[in-house]
Amino acid sequence: MSVAAFVILAALVVGSAAGVLLKRNPIHAALFLVTNLASVAGLYLTLGAEFLAAAQIIVYAGAIAVLFVFAIMVLIPGKEETGPDPLRRQRVMAVPLVGVFLIMVMLALRAAVARGPATPAAVPGGVIALGRLLFTDYLFPFEVTSLLLLVAIVGVIALTKRGVESE
Amino acid sequence: MAPTSWDVALSAVLFSMGVLGVLIRRNPLVIFMSIELMLNAANLALVAFGQRHGTAEGQALVFFVLCVAAAEVAVGLAIIVAIFRFRPRLSVDELRLMRW
Repeated sequence: MSVAAFVILAALVVGSAAGVLLKRNPIHAALFLVTNLASVAGLYLTLGAEFLAAAQIIVYAGAIAVLFVFAIMVLIPGKEETGPDPLRRQRVMAVPLVGVFLIMVMLALRAAVARGPATPAAVPGGVIALGRLLFTDYLFPFEVTSLLLLVAIVGVIALTKRGVESE
Repeated sequence: MAPTSWDVALSAVLFSMGVLGVLIRRNPLVIFMSIELMLNAANLALVAFGQRHGTAEGQALVFFVLCVAAAEVAVGLAIIVAIFRFRPRLSVDELRLMRW
């Protein structure tokens, strides 16, 4: 059962990532990105991280996807990437290089997995353990994230306003 | 139960696809989406390793990555919109101001 769930979700993840890479229309790419993020949320569920699955759906598939669609709507009219690619040869070279990169990452990860415990241990208490961790050991970083988000809000307003005035 | 090493391998594949997207696409928005794919791959690896070691620390890290990603997407998209709003083509090859 769990193996079947993993195989289906993994196929969704890889297929939708390929959709992001290959679709020429960025709106289609954004929809594939949402599919990808939702399937990763499903994988979190199979790994026992229920809170992260919910947060992933709300933050990524909700807020971030909407931001992407807004940006596409603002930017896209009449400016899709068309015409001959001036750097075509360099971009073709990227495919074998990424293959080499994937092999290297796989080898490094295999070593890391081999060094870990042989049988996976049970995570103590899912959401409860995570909440306890966030409000004790990670309390300071947790509070700093609120400052980070505030800075992001102010920064975005400043950026977009200045763009309108100067140009 | 699917072994967690499968999730780790999947995250490596997903990360590589993100790298490929950054390298082969010209549209800055799609490049940004590929960066999101890479962030997600790293999150997946963190959750899988945390599960394997039996701690919730990996999940706590993923929570912070989520927050940083939200801020990063907002600022990054604002920068992209500010740069490309008045340019004729939506392509990163447009940005050659600093090129020698």
